Amino acid sequence: MAAGTTRFCAGIVSTARHVSLELKMADYSNKLYQQLEQETGVKTGYMKTGSISLAQTQDRLISLKRIASSLNVMGIPCEIITPKQVAQLHPLINIHDLVGAMYVPEDALVSSANVSLALATAASRNGVQIHERTSVSHVSVQKGRVTGVETDRGQIQCQYFVNCAGQWAYELGHSGEEPVNIPLHACEHFYLLTHPLKEPLASSLPTIVDPDGRIYIRNWQGGILSGGFEKNPKPLFTEGRNQLEIQNLQEDWDHFEPLLSALLRRMPDLEALQIMQLVNCPESFTPDMRCIMGESPTVRGYFVLAGMNSAGISYGGGAGKYLAEWMVNGYPSENVWPLDLKRFGTLQSSRTFLRHRVMEVMPLMCDLKVPRWDFQTGRQLRTSPLYDRLDAQGARWMEKHGFERVKYFVPPGKDLLDLDQSKTFYKPDWFDIVGSEVKCCKEAVCVIDMSSFTKFEISSTGDQALESLQYLFSNDLDVPVGHVVHTGMLNEKGGYENDCSIARLSKRSFFMISPTDQQVHCWAWLKNRLPDDSNLTMEDVTWKYTALNLIGPRAVDVLSELSYAPITPEHFPSLFCKEMSVGYANGIRVMSITHTGEPGFMLYIPIEYALHVYNEVMNMGQKYGIRNAGYYALRSLRIEKFFAFWGQDLDAFTTPMECGREFQVKLEKGMQFVGQEALLEQKQNGVYKRFTMFILEDHDTDADLWPWWGEPIFRNGRYVGKTTSSAYSYTLERHVCLGFVQHFDEKTGEELVVTTDFINQGEYEIDIAGQRFQAKAKLYPLSSLFTHRRRKDEVELSGYQRE
Amino acid sequence: MCVCPGPRRIAIPVRSSRLPLLSDAMPAPAHLFPLIRNCEISRICSTVCYCHHKHLCCLSSHFAHSHFRYAPQKKFAALYRPKENFNHFIHARDYASTPQRFYLTPPQVNSILKANEYSFKVPEFDGKNVSSVLGFDSNQLPANAPIEDRRSAATCLQTRGMLLGVFDGHAGCACAQAVSERLFYYIAVSLLPHETLLEIENAVESGRALLPILQWHKHPNDYFSKEASKLYFNSLRTYWQELIDLNSGETTDVKEALINAFKRLDNDISLEAQVGDPNSFLNYLVLRVAFSGATACVAHVDGVDLHIANTGDSRAMLGVQEEDGSWSAVNLSYDHNAQNEHEVERVKMEHPKSEEKSLVKQDRLLGLLMPFRAFGDVKFKWSIELQKRVVESGPDQLNDNEYTKFIPPNYHTPPYLTAEPEVIYHKLRPQDKFLVLATDGLWETMHRQDVARIVGEYLTGVHHQQPIAVGGYKVTLGQMHGLLTERRARISSVFEDQNAATHLIRHAVGNNEFGTVDHERLSKMLSLPEELARMYRDDITIIVVQFNSHVIGACQNEEL
Repeated sequence: MAAGTTRFCAGIVSTARHVSLELKMADYSNKLYQQLEQETGVKTGYMKTGSISLAQTQDRLISLKRIASSLNVMGIPCEIITPKQVAQLHPLINIHDLVGAMYVPEDALVSSANVSLALATAASRNGVQIHERTSVSHVSVQKGRVTGVETDRGQIQCQYFVNCAGQWAYELGHSGEEPVNIPLHACEHFYLLTHPLKEPLASSLPTIVDPDGRIYIRNWQGGILSGGFEKNPKPLFTEGRNQLEIQNLQEDWDHFEPLLSALLRRMPDLEALQIMQLVNCPESFTPDMRCIMGESPTVRGYFVLAGMNSAGISYGGGAGKYLAEWMVNGYPSENVWPLDLKRFGTLQSSRTFLRHRVMEVMPLMCDLKVPRWDFQTGRQLRTSPLYDRLDAQGARWMEKHGFERVKYFVPPGKDLLDLDQSKTFYKPDWFDIVGSEVKCCKEAVCVIDMSSFTKFEISSTGDQALESLQYLFSNDLDVPVGHVVHTGMLNEKGGYENDCSIARLSKRSFFMISPTDQQVHCWAWLKNRLPDDSNLTMEDVTWKYTALNLIGPRAVDVLSELSYAPITPEHFPSLFCKEMSVGYANGIRVMSITHTGEPGFMLYIPIEYALHVYNEVMNMGQKYGIRNAGYYALRSLRIEKFFAFWGQDLDAFTTPMECGREFQVKLEKGMQFVGQEALLEQKQNGVYKRFTMFILEDHDTDADLWPWWGEPIFRNGRYVGKTTSSAYSYTLERHVCLGFVQHFDEKTGEELVVTTDFINQGEYEIDIAGQRFQAKAKLYPLSSLFTHRRRKDEVELSGYQRE
Repeated sequence: MCVCPGPRRIAIPVRSSRLPLLSDAMPAPAHLFPLIRNCEISRICSTVCYCHHKHLCCLSSHFAHSHFRYAPQKKFAALYRPKENFNHFIHARDYASTPQRFYLTPPQVNSILKANEYSFKVPEFDGKNVSSVLGFDSNQLPANAPIEDRRSAATCLQTRGMLLGVFDGHAGCACAQAVSERLFYYIAVSLLPHETLLEIENAVESGRALLPILQWHKHPNDYFSKEASKLYFNSLRTYWQELIDLNSGETTDVKEALINAFKRLDNDISLEAQVGDPNSFLNYLVLRVAFSGATACVAHVDGVDLHIANTGDSRAMLGVQEEDGSWSAVNLSYDHNAQNEHEVERVKMEHPKSEEKSLVKQDRLLGLLMPFRAFGDVKFKWSIELQKRVVESGPDQLNDNEYTKFIPPNYHTPPYLTAEPEVIYHKLRPQDKFLVLATDGLWETMHRQDVARIVGEYLTGVHHQQPIAVGGYKVTLGQMHGLLTERRARISSVFEDQNAATHLIRHAVGNNEFGTVDHERLSKMLSLPEELARMYRDDITIIVVQFNSHVIGACQNEEL
């Protein structure tokens, strides 16, 4: 046990994490390990040394300050210190090239193997059986449920199975009859062990993380242990498993050279220190640098916890806790969507994809994490049929769930910065480009390719579809045919499992549109809850339709010219869906929604017509000033309109009541639905957090750091929550942040009900990397933004001609 | 291509017609000698000291003899490297007070190194006619001005196979130039079957177009002398006419053809000089060719059959990749010089016992010549009478030349020198990855094992370094860091060159004690003034032939 890579782990428990969920896990682990020795009697080697993260550049310091803000509001002591203070904390550090550092005094060191042992000891005392030297050949599945485990020592019956096989998790997942796809890939990871210094290093000396040098350094038996995340990682085991090889991995000094240089630059006095060993211990990495946990979307009872991206010891305790809660309660106590296995599908299971992607992910461990970063590898996997057309028009792309989506269009003749140079925490180089796209959406018409959205069709021979959906969705779906309903797909606690738009195509069939990354999660959720009825069918039609979003006051003109059908509000009110012809193409599903609050239409086009319809729209739209736009424009529009997006603002712990969407819930629709009770209770007792819009007041868009998400919100100087998304509103010419406000009792810290008055009567500040900006809180979108209704006659034509 | 040695540029005649033969024969030391005599030693020294102190010391001890030494500058660097003598030179002048610096930037260094590089890839024909040769890289770096090395490469068109050769001239470049132009024609003709010879002769006779014999692969700087082409052609034609007459009916043996071609060309060079030419320019040219000398190392590759014909001290070396991926070198030629016991033995056998002591003195033939076999060099081949007759009846330039008049000491039973090559046959194996042909300028500075490794690693593109393992040794972080940085520097130097020969020259000139390229050293060596360069290095000419292991492997299998 703990003889695999756990044994080789560097044993650093660090809470300095970017994702707040990871930060919470690390914090829990730290507290758990601290008391473990006392609880179990097993020596864990726990030593509270603290850690210092160094910044060689101002940008790095900003990044550290952002983490520091998060740590502070969580009550984890942490401070930004000067290079001189660094020198006082650690005698060996060369501080000449530093601009600052972050000190987290409670970070610790442990012996990872012993921690595992202690945890196992504690578990055994509670009746857990541990079978060592037993290998699992496959997991038995019956009717989509785990029933047992086949091992080389016989069968074990079970209800739940947890795949914690680390870098072998991928293969174990694929060994059963029902494959479970766990996208991770191993890379070689090197660290150096030295003999003790002449004057052995104190075991209390803080751990040093030098992300600009890509290294970490901790004290180890009087000497040091130092490793890092190189720019050119060596992926391994792509073809498959050979567990024995792990013992014989070679040291590769030439590969380690840049890290060694960084180490000697950081601690020049170590030159004379004798080398003990260069350890090669593979680590597994995931496609998005976040670990993987949760239940398989295909096999019930099959849980996964793997892909720790080299931070296994930091996350281990917290991740274990969440997973245990998940298995016992059906829910973890936190929103773990960022880590949920279901954020991936089979499309991330290609070994080639994983190999290429982890080669990008591993160096990212030390790279500067700036807002709006896109992966560069494993791209162009899923694309819209219009990809080439859009690309030729200057599209810049980002990726979501493997799907290429346009960020914005770079006008001809204009050049943006190189990828590396464009990394900034300040105003990005595309600011004006997106601004003009937004302007066009507001004043004329824009087209955005939104084909990535997940699309399901649910139909039945009788009323089964309607009945099931009425039970699973909170809004009333028993609407006349041709209506579109925005509704949440809630869990028992009333939290959003999914936020979607459902069009009633006919009496017995529904067309459901959900966010892109819902493809796996929503499918699994519905599959598990829809009655097992052969007359009720659900089909994933995502790939069958190309979606074009026509946004803007002139969208109606474009569409009516193309279809010769009346599209005036009288004939085509908002939230309406109609199959019609556009150009020569028939059977286009046109919906009067835009996901932004702007007037316009979504066109769901069977893919073979996509190019035709796009061309027709662009040709016809020319006289109305049509242009392409991207998701950044969309984001700016929806955030200034206070539209929450699932996965960003909404999660399984957010109810419609908490985000001002009571109107999307029909509590009295004549039948029970999932989450109804919880919502009723909230309606009676009030909510404990409230989705709020903040407009930054004294923020200078050109000179100040831009908000991103995860910034702490302060009310009257007290921490009340965090932002979930933000964007620059070109209309308001201000930054808008969306976030949740909680109400903590000033003395006990207990969560209290958040009332409208509580929100309205506060002075707010948003903390961006330690700097606070005044913000105005709003519970409802600014009405001024909606004044621009479809007033066809008043709109001047000339102003919107293409520039 | 036609049989006539083609029409090419006329660089040499223009240049040499203005200069006395002396300057061709004795470049650097002859100029230096009077300077030193005029007590300007300090001036030279300061430059020399600065440029490269290590190899300097040879100046004083050998300059006294230098002017009547035949090519004494050869092997300078190799022979005289004692560092200890250096000190008394420093006394001559305050060394530190000469801050003149002429550093070359890396791009400047590269432009010097790459000026003469040439690459040829054998074209592929859809799997047909696949050659065992993938292509070759060649390059040369002058130390003499003008350079005395020559190189040639050509594909035989009437027979199969490819010819590649390096030629190291001494006492001027005339002989090396002539050999580089003519030798391959002689070899190609020797290899031709009787019918083809007849066909060619008939074509010449009736004024028809000739079958092309050779396809040359030349760098723009590799020229052919236009003036002599008619003369050369006539000699060659005489040769093939004789071959036609001799028609033995046997198929041509490559080894014999090579030997015959070498000997015949040398003979023709000698004869042309004796007969002279009515054209005074040509007359002077053939005399310069005959009185200067050249070694030759020629490879003939045809499928898996590799023949190396060597005359003199250039060298052919085969790069072999062992099963573990490491590189080793196999010599495919023997140097013909005093270090080769068999050569010394041979020379002694060919002359009366009375001359035994005077034959080889100070590692030189008759105390003068370093290579024991060479083209030209009629001073070591002709009788004294013949030499005198030719010089006297020759043009004034020849007569005024101290060197040509000078008869080697103890000159009793000529000839002392031959152009007959030693031919080595090697059947190519899949592990034979490349062949290096190079003049002694390379081999003086690099061991063949290093050459094999550097070229091998360059060609495979992978730096097959032995991985470092600390094991139980006591290594500090600093030591390890030094070692790794240096290994990395070695790798990065691989990527600078697109030509294996250039890469090899970079190492030959710029290698420091660790075997890695040191830019500073490279810069210093390349910025030496013309008259000093020869003290530190010889002309270097390299051809690296890369073999196609797949084709070779397939050929082997067919035979099995």
